[in-house]
Amino acid sequence: MNGDYQQHIVAGVGITLLIAVGSLLIAVTLGLLGAACKLSGMKSLYLLSDVYSTVVRGVPELVWMLFLFFGAQIWLNQLCAWLQIESIDIDPMMAGIVTIGFIFGAYMTETFRGAILAVPHGQTEAGLSLGMSPLRVFVRIILPQMVVHALPGFSNNWMVLVKSTALVSVLGVSDLMHRASLAKSATGNAFGVYLTVCLVYLGITSISGWLLRLCEQRFSRGIRQAL
Amino acid sequence: MNLDELLAQLAGFFGGSAEGGLFVTSDGLLLTLQLQLIPMALGLLLSIPLAFARNARSGWIAKPVWCYTWLFRGTPMLVQLFLIYYGLAQFEAVKDSRAWAYLRDPYCCALLSFALNTTAYTTEILAGQIRRIDWREIEAAQSLGMSRWMMNYRIVLPSALRRSLPAYGNEVIMLLHGTSIVSLVTLTDITGVARHLYSETYDPFQPFMIAGALYLSLTWLISRLFLKMEHRWLAFLKPASR
Repeated sequence: MNGDYQQHIVAGVGITLLIAVGSLLIAVTLGLLGAACKLSGMKSLYLLSDVYSTVVRGVPELVWMLFLFFGAQIWLNQLCAWLQIESIDIDPMMAGIVTIGFIFGAYMTETFRGAILAVPHGQTEAGLSLGMSPLRVFVRIILPQMVVHALPGFSNNWMVLVKSTALVSVLGVSDLMHRASLAKSATGNAFGVYLTVCLVYLGITSISGWLLRLCEQRFSRGIRQAL
Repeated sequence: MNLDELLAQLAGFFGGSAEGGLFVTSDGLLLTLQLQLIPMALGLLLSIPLAFARNARSGWIAKPVWCYTWLFRGTPMLVQLFLIYYGLAQFEAVKDSRAWAYLRDPYCCALLSFALNTTAYTTEILAGQIRRIDWREIEAAQSLGMSRWMMNYRIVLPSALRRSLPAYGNEVIMLLHGTSIVSLVTLTDITGVARHLYSETYDPFQPFMIAGALYLSLTWLISRLFLKMEHRWLAFLKPASR
């Protein structure tokens, strides 16, 4: 009996990882867009992305999550009523992925902005002078060179992102934390239950931290270390 | 949105009600500030010896500290809080001990878990800066005949504390945002008040927007404060102006 709940909890690791990876994809997309807007030189785009990164990073994840989950449902209901169709319930899992992606897009915006600025401007000019389009310069010249500057911040954001997936259990997604609270009620062994969750998270953060360090080493091969 | 209702809701965030004065209870803003400042103070005090221990040459001292920071930085704050709040209650030894009076209280559990969490992060920030100290400063201190204690106290620590400021500012903001999870263990901090209002009115917009605005102002305040401190204590790192 004692081993059963552990298996049940550990089975939630797939959902936690799915949420983490799904929201990472959204966050990276939003982050690249945000960074591009910040550096575009257009005042309106800069303002838009500045408001995004400031407001999102200034409010706790939990508040965003509750606000967007409950608020979006009301908007959706109103929209459905207006269109005179049957109302749709928001899937908590999708809500979690989108919310976390939206939040960490703001952190990624700042990370990518710094990384792009760290690539010497002459690189862009050289690319443009060869007749490359700005998009092509970004993809072929800037992107490969900014990776090494973005990786430390990216790793940090990823770690925080993984840990904040624990909050989606509040919305009722059956991730690690949610399964743990069910197991806690069933077995009464709260300490063992949450210790199991702790170990699973430690595994995720340690393994991904190790992989990201390998990436950093690989991408910084061409860079001379200071000491 | 009418103004009376907005004001009535707003009063709740400052520990009062529409009829009574503000700060009658410590709900809302005051609770969030307590959960922020007490762990911060404890974390700063504890992290200074721990940061030196983390860099100790002896593995017997350095390894346990490494293990502690690894455990607390690798797991979500929410799990740590639940582990302490729900988990400790099942041990008879804890229930019989004198600490039980505190450990049954969600407020004390939150303080304890946040203090442990922020100490781990602060220790790593400070230890990193201690490691990164310029070897020339150490040599200069040694050549003046300073003892290890005096060198750490006069040279290493002030320098490391100063250079920790930017990273520590981020950690303080992370802690502020982390405190919002106490609403999940029945406490009514800013987020707790918002959730309470939501369950009463079924209107998520106004309560969570007020909560968001409060957190945003606090975040802004903290970052301004740290910018000021960096301006003052990190002036020597700024590029020389022409």
